[in-house]
Amino acid sequence: MGFNIYDFSGMTHNMHLWFLERMSPTATTIVEWTVIGVSYMLFVALFGLFLVYAERKVCAAFQQRLGPMRVGLWGLLQTIADFIKLLMKELIMPKSADKFLYNLAPFIVMIATFLAMAVLPFAKGLQTLDFDIGIFYVTAVSSVGVIGILLAGWSSNNKYSLIGAMRSGAQILSYELSVSLSLVTIIILAGSMQLSVVVESQRDWWFLFKGHISSVIAFVIFLIAGTAETNRGPFDLAEAESELTAGFHTEYSGIKFAFFFLAEYINMFIVAAMATTVFLGGWMPLHFGQLESFNHVMDFIPPLVWFFMKVCGVIFLIMWFKWTFPRLRVDQILTLEWKYLLPINLVNILLMCLVVLTKFHL
Amino acid sequence: MSETKEIIISSDKIHTDQYLVNMGPQHPSTHGVLRLLVRLEGEIVHHIQPHVGYIHSGIEKMCESLSYPQVIHLTDRMDYLSAHMNNEAVCLCVENALQVEVPDRVKYIRTIMDELTRLASHQLWWCVMGMDLGALTTFFYGLRDREHILDIFEETCGARMTLNYSVPGGVMFDIHPNFQKRVKEFITEFRKKLPEYDELLTGNVIFQERTNDIGYLSLEDAIAWGVTGPSGRGSGFSCDVRKHNPYSAYPLVQFEEKLDTKGDSFARYRLRIEEMHESLHIIEQLIDNIPEGDYAVKMKGVVKLPEGEFYQRVESARGEFGVYIVSDGKKNPYRVKFRSPGFSNLFALNKMAAGHKIADLVAIMSTLDLVIPDIDR
Amino acid sequence: MTNEELQACLTGEFTNAEVKIGKQYVEILVNAEELHDAAIKLSTEPLLSFDYLFCLTGVDYPEKMQMVYHLESTKHRHTVVLKVNTADRVDPVVDTVSDVWQTAKYHEREVYDLLGVKFNKHTDLRRLFLDDSWGFPLRKDYKDEVRIVER
Repeated sequence: MGFNIYDFSGMTHNMHLWFLERMSPTATTIVEWTVIGVSYMLFVALFGLFLVYAERKVCAAFQQRLGPMRVGLWGLLQTIADFIKLLMKELIMPKSADKFLYNLAPFIVMIATFLAMAVLPFAKGLQTLDFDIGIFYVTAVSSVGVIGILLAGWSSNNKYSLIGAMRSGAQILSYELSVSLSLVTIIILAGSMQLSVVVESQRDWWFLFKGHISSVIAFVIFLIAGTAETNRGPFDLAEAESELTAGFHTEYSGIKFAFFFLAEYINMFIVAAMATTVFLGGWMPLHFGQLESFNHVMDFIPPLVWFFMKVCGVIFLIMWFKWTFPRLRVDQILTLEWKYLLPINLVNILLMCLVVLTKFHL
Repeated sequence: MSETKEIIISSDKIHTDQYLVNMGPQHPSTHGVLRLLVRLEGEIVHHIQPHVGYIHSGIEKMCESLSYPQVIHLTDRMDYLSAHMNNEAVCLCVENALQVEVPDRVKYIRTIMDELTRLASHQLWWCVMGMDLGALTTFFYGLRDREHILDIFEETCGARMTLNYSVPGGVMFDIHPNFQKRVKEFITEFRKKLPEYDELLTGNVIFQERTNDIGYLSLEDAIAWGVTGPSGRGSGFSCDVRKHNPYSAYPLVQFEEKLDTKGDSFARYRLRIEEMHESLHIIEQLIDNIPEGDYAVKMKGVVKLPEGEFYQRVESARGEFGVYIVSDGKKNPYRVKFRSPGFSNLFALNKMAAGHKIADLVAIMSTLDLVIPDIDR
Repeated sequence: MTNEELQACLTGEFTNAEVKIGKQYVEILVNAEELHDAAIKLSTEPLLSFDYLFCLTGVDYPEKMQMVYHLESTKHRHTVVLKVNTADRVDPVVDTVSDVWQTAKYHEREVYDLLGVKFNKHTDLRRLFLDDSWGFPLRKDYKDEVRIVER
């Protein structure tokens, strides 16, 4: 099958030929779609499981305790047990909730998540869709998630949910700007929006080092805005347990709640993956310019492993934020965005333009 | 901040774009069973109407049919975080009425236990304050340290929180031989941990943004509404009973009454942290010098107060706690009234929170440090 | 001021009231009609300035209902106990002092709830802990077959 851990394009090509030999082109397409869809769903399920477990362990470490230890060795089966429990719960729908919207909301959130995941480059040759407007596409589809949240809050027929959804909507819409603008900074540096091109051009230096000051500022802003986008960390007032019980997903139970829950973690993964791809080189190993021997050593680690290492590092950072800081109030969140992050972002774009034009980069 | 209008809620007087939200009896941040009917316009709070009584147990009525030592047992359960101070209040009231002089040893022990209780109460307050504002890690840090104090309590009197250690005439048993050593160890260890609290919350810019200039209570309002304790001192109201009407071993120790004129949530927060430092200072002064002697004075089997009225004030962790006993010479009191600090503190909430947002309401309630059974009795 | 000085001062100010030194504090017993004026005088007079009401109690005696107000002055740091009796035990009515000391607003609601004492001109006299249909539990003649066991 030509399985080369350093380059999956050979394997995918061989699989494609294998299908074509046995079926008509249309059937091949459909089968390939199914294979890709199922593998994405499996990935979401497994990685979501891993992330929930990691969150509980990381949170416990910060709080000087152990976390789940009983279910399975070191509590590894804890999340599976949690999901089985969620699946078995009774789906209680409030009597005067808007049935159609109430049922639709979790699906919209999930759909937005899957759409965004489709363009991520996991390794060399392991990228499902490679648009030439890749970055733009990701920011566009991740905005679809807001609709799901607003629908959830509205259709629950509950004042708390509505307040939570409104807050969340305002927050996500505002931070979309910061996310997009910090990505624009990198587009200027890379010269292209296509994600595979972005990763390839980080062969010499990761963009974080290449654009020095400007990239670092963009990275920090992206992290802050990304955390706010996913309703996590110090920006989680939409689900502030101590104020509104559970915000926009108060009235959801069982598998529908599991959708929101999972979508939040996968969104965190997407933010981390975008940060990795765009700032930290994606699946590119750490190369220091022309240091041949060092680069050669770094190349031994497969790109897939590099990608997940970096993503896990960024996810750890995001989790660190959540368990250390208190929560910001909604007007403080919006002030942060409109009065601080946005101007800094705009100035940073100008700075990056200067850097690129004067070729003052690595 | 808009001025508050005390409007009685009735359906024809509610303005059409305001809506009522119930922060109901079961809510993660009302610290007990308290129902707040909040009239909101968007995110701004216009009026808060607290509904209390969900845990009203009729303690005052019960006391009328109990003997005085039994009354002490009930006082544990009101403000359960300052249980020892409540017990001490009733004991002091009875002892003053009967003109009984307790030995110095008893005074020292009672004061040390007072300050340890105050520390434990403030630790719990701190960890819940962080949790209410979203810094969930503070919960574990505060409780971890509080366990040390509770272990000390358990070793000496058998109970962790509802101590029931003071009796009229003294204390129930002598302190455990390990008591002094463990308390000294605790002081050294906790002194090292307190700066962690400052790092985690006090110095955090997000926390300061959430509490600075939130929930302002002026000095006149604090006095008019009878807001005592750190909540009142945050507005500049000098109300520390340990200073103005000292009891037990307080005349013998040096400590400062910290005041702050800023009157906002951050002032109240900071004062409680400073009170923790002062409590450590007080315990240090007393722990090495506990005089030898009896741990209790022999009292009659049946305690009967002479006819008349007796009032005793103590400084509990929340504010001024008062016991008013009207006695007709029998073995049961005729009427007992507990002046609870939470009752007065809670009803100043409307003044503090009107014009702020819901998130601020949660922050303000945390800084008031309410314990609902104290309010409801 | 010490208790004796306070007693002298109050006797001078309030001619119709009975001022004596109790076991701890000076106690002043005023007539029900003069309660409100007495309250205003106690809180505004510069030498007295009792601005801090720290305890408001209602006591049910066999022939009367008594309201006890413990007052302190934050300026001079002296304490006084203001008392007022109502002759009518069945339907007692007293003037409110919540316009003088705001904290009384809720304390008086509690007294109304548990003892049944009504307060004139109180802006929001409702029950605080109990239902509207409940009796007045703190009264000595309160009977409850289900919840109270008579020994």
